[in-house]
Amino acid sequence: MNWEVVIGLEIHTQLSTKSKLFSGAAVGFGAEPNTQTTLVDLGMPGALPVLNKEALRMAVMFGHAIDAEIGMTSVFARKNYFYPDLPKGYQTSQMDHPIVGIGHLDVTLEDGTTSRIGITRAHLEEDAGKSLHEDFQGMTGIDLNRSSTPLLEIVSEPDIRSAKEAVAYVKMIHSIVTYLGICDGNMAEGSMRCDVNISLRPKGQTEYGTRTEIKNVNSFRFIEKAIYTEIERQADILEDGGRIIQETRLYDPEKNETRSMRSKEDANDYRYFPCPDLLPIVLTQDYVDEIKASLPELPSQKAERFQSEHRLSEYDAHVLSSSRAMADYFEAANTIAKDAKLTANWVMGELSKLLNQEQLDIQNTPVKANSFGELVARIKDNTINGKTAKDVLQAMWEGEGSADKIIEAKGLKQVTDTDAIESMIQTILDANANQVQQYRSSDEDKQKKMIGFFVGQVMKASQGKANPGIVNPILAKMLKG
Amino acid sequence: MFEQSISTLAQKLRNKDISSVELTHLFLNRIAEIDPQLNSYITVSEQHALEQAAAADILIQSGKGTNLTGIPVAHKDLFCTQGTLTTCGSKMLSSFIPPYESTVTSRIQQSGAVMLGKTNMDEFAMGSSNENSFYGAVKNPWNLNTVPGGSSGGSAAAIAAGLAVAATGTDTGGSIRQPASFCGITGLKPTYGRVSRFGMIAYASSLDQAGPMAKSAEDCAHLMQAMSGFDEKDSTSSETPTDDYLTNINTPLTGLKIGLPKEYFGDGLDADVADVIMAAVKEFEKLGATVKEISLPNLQLSIPSYYVIAPSEASSNLSRFDGVRFGHRCDDPKDLLDMYTRSRAEGFGTEVQKRIMVGTYALSEGYYDAYYLKAQKIRRLIKEDFVKALSEVDVIMGPVAPTTAFSLGSKTSDPVAMYLEDIYTLSVNLAGIPAMSVPAGFVDGMPVGLQVMGNYFAEAKLLNVAHQYQQHTDWHLQSPAMTKGAKA
Repeated sequence: MNWEVVIGLEIHTQLSTKSKLFSGAAVGFGAEPNTQTTLVDLGMPGALPVLNKEALRMAVMFGHAIDAEIGMTSVFARKNYFYPDLPKGYQTSQMDHPIVGIGHLDVTLEDGTTSRIGITRAHLEEDAGKSLHEDFQGMTGIDLNRSSTPLLEIVSEPDIRSAKEAVAYVKMIHSIVTYLGICDGNMAEGSMRCDVNISLRPKGQTEYGTRTEIKNVNSFRFIEKAIYTEIERQADILEDGGRIIQETRLYDPEKNETRSMRSKEDANDYRYFPCPDLLPIVLTQDYVDEIKASLPELPSQKAERFQSEHRLSEYDAHVLSSSRAMADYFEAANTIAKDAKLTANWVMGELSKLLNQEQLDIQNTPVKANSFGELVARIKDNTINGKTAKDVLQAMWEGEGSADKIIEAKGLKQVTDTDAIESMIQTILDANANQVQQYRSSDEDKQKKMIGFFVGQVMKASQGKANPGIVNPILAKMLKG
Repeated sequence: MFEQSISTLAQKLRNKDISSVELTHLFLNRIAEIDPQLNSYITVSEQHALEQAAAADILIQSGKGTNLTGIPVAHKDLFCTQGTLTTCGSKMLSSFIPPYESTVTSRIQQSGAVMLGKTNMDEFAMGSSNENSFYGAVKNPWNLNTVPGGSSGGSAAAIAAGLAVAATGTDTGGSIRQPASFCGITGLKPTYGRVSRFGMIAYASSLDQAGPMAKSAEDCAHLMQAMSGFDEKDSTSSETPTDDYLTNINTPLTGLKIGLPKEYFGDGLDADVADVIMAAVKEFEKLGATVKEISLPNLQLSIPSYYVIAPSEASSNLSRFDGVRFGHRCDDPKDLLDMYTRSRAEGFGTEVQKRIMVGTYALSEGYYDAYYLKAQKIRRLIKEDFVKALSEVDVIMGPVAPTTAFSLGSKTSDPVAMYLEDIYTLSVNLAGIPAMSVPAGFVDGMPVGLQVMGNYFAEAKLLNVAHQYQQHTDWHLQSPAMTKGAKA
């Protein structure tokens, strides 16, 4: 049977506020257990929550970025369940009246197709602590540092139709929240966590099939793999005439399989009700408008500007703007290099290659944008050719100094003096009289194949410093005789 | 010395007629002598009190301090007090020593008052008789066979017996006013949001409000002066500026418009109690007030509405008592579920367990609309009734409770009869308005409280009305016979 995949995503985004959602405790990753807590985060008797206004502001920023309705009156609700790392016995979240209502995102795939994904809502909620099951000999350790850390849960409509589209959507959300500066986007540290809802239905059917939810998938790659795995599992069951059980599943990246965590029957009744310790949040139009006016440039706007201002191709503009850090790097480098196309090629090419090899984010590159711009400038003004530039970049990467310093120290300056090149070519032609003879007696096709040999000889003789743009016409002329 | 007002005692302290340390010793001795019969204190913090008294004496000597400086007071045992056991009347917290101070007790401490100790209460403030305490029932000093009312029964009994000059209480459905009525003292439940709830162990967050309990309205005003006002640590606390509660306390009542809701004088109200209340109303007429009958038609619905909303919030508020981080934990738990169930079954008393179950049920999927949402709708109707009535009159008067203090054990097996005790007090909490209980007479030797209800943030008005009444009556100056022979 031909199945259509239906996917909806819930993304928990950790907001990069200085303090927690309901207390003044600092937010940070990797601190000693239970050192970043206050009475509120510990759920002590009589402790009361006070909303962090910065988190509220960040949520409204996100709402504007996805063209959403802003909840002018939003309400915090308690989600009640018992768990040792949930100190109050309830999570303060939002239910009926979220801060961000219906919005949407246009997602572009690699093949250039664009689809609009609906966003049902985004709401503020506090994170729980962590249970640590190792190192305590049959007991469980509780670390409440993460307790009450602010999250924005972004819930999509079931509008996504493939794993690729899901990943593109998550990348887009990642890009937006990092552009807005409301999330550090660090997926390895759990700053973005994804729950994936998947169901299958026969192509053409309008009603949805039974869905499963895969909890807490924490990388782009795992999202894609988990979806493929789950599609296959569901398709196998359905093809065999079976039924999908509505349940929560976990993805195991090591075995590349999903397995059942709990079924719908075991699900908690969370007994949501409005939190009586927090009054409804009522926003003014001025507040909402002021945030809208102060939004930074978003990825799609930046991509458009890169095309119009820098004359980049749609693809290049899209790639460079997908991360704010890369876009900033490109722009900073280009102010020095003053050749957008060349800078873009080098950022997306050699620099990205090195970053990938070392598994570094562009924020952590040893070659800063200014230095990189100087390197590109030396390519542009023909001081060095592309091949040499790669070596220079490698040397810069290893901390040997600026592009100019390395070019100077290693004598890598391109030879552009035509007299010098002519005499170098003459020497090579003299030394290879047979090949010259052969060349001259060949037809044009053969000659085209043979010219590479002579170019190679010249480059070798010049130790790569001869400018190919100058060498090629002179060589062609001298070979004619 | 045990029947003196705060301003008189403050004057004596300033005049060096007595030091705070001496005064505190007198109260500590009297507690030791009388309280074994009453059980009004869970903790007497003798050493702490004497240290505070010594500090107060230094402050008074340097000419600083407030009217409360050096005055011995008590706190209901649900205010967290740093370094002092805070039990909430529960086994669950029978070894809980908070590392922090509630805003209310902190503000009273900053005013220089001396904390004698922590008073007994119904467990987690759930009860109307103070029989639901892990630390045993409190006795009414007017008759040791009767209850002092609840849940702030310890504070009320202690003040009536002269075991504290004043005390804090909390009122979720009548827990300040009803024990004040039963013990013949004066108590004020302020407007919701007037006094910070930070550090107050929550029962029902949208209804809980702390307030003063004392011999007189004037003493309550002194306490309100210290404890009320905005607190950034409580998101529901109001930024409305506080009044000076003493400035207008002597304003004559000429032209005061009093509303008497007919629903407060119907079936169920003891005829003798009704007579006391009507006599008090006559007294107000003599002081120049006018009286008109009004209607609060949804009064009867306040009981079902309250007993859905309060347990719903309680079921969630009390989830944090899970044996994980603090409070009672059962011995040798088999697994997590066993730890949760046994810790909570052992740590909570019957009434608390009952209300947690009722609240859990009311919030459950499929029942939420029929119970919780319906109760909230009724709550709005009750609020509208008061808003309408208070647009026509300045204050509303009626009884606090249908009867005087009942016998110990007489209602413990009949929860509905017990819940009906709160019929005249619950609606005030649902609406969020302030109300007082003012001693207005006796029936068969037992005190009767007059309830005075006012508009939002009209605490100063209520205190003025009560104070004027107390300037012309001496009900609030009566003391129970048991305290007369006390040595101290």
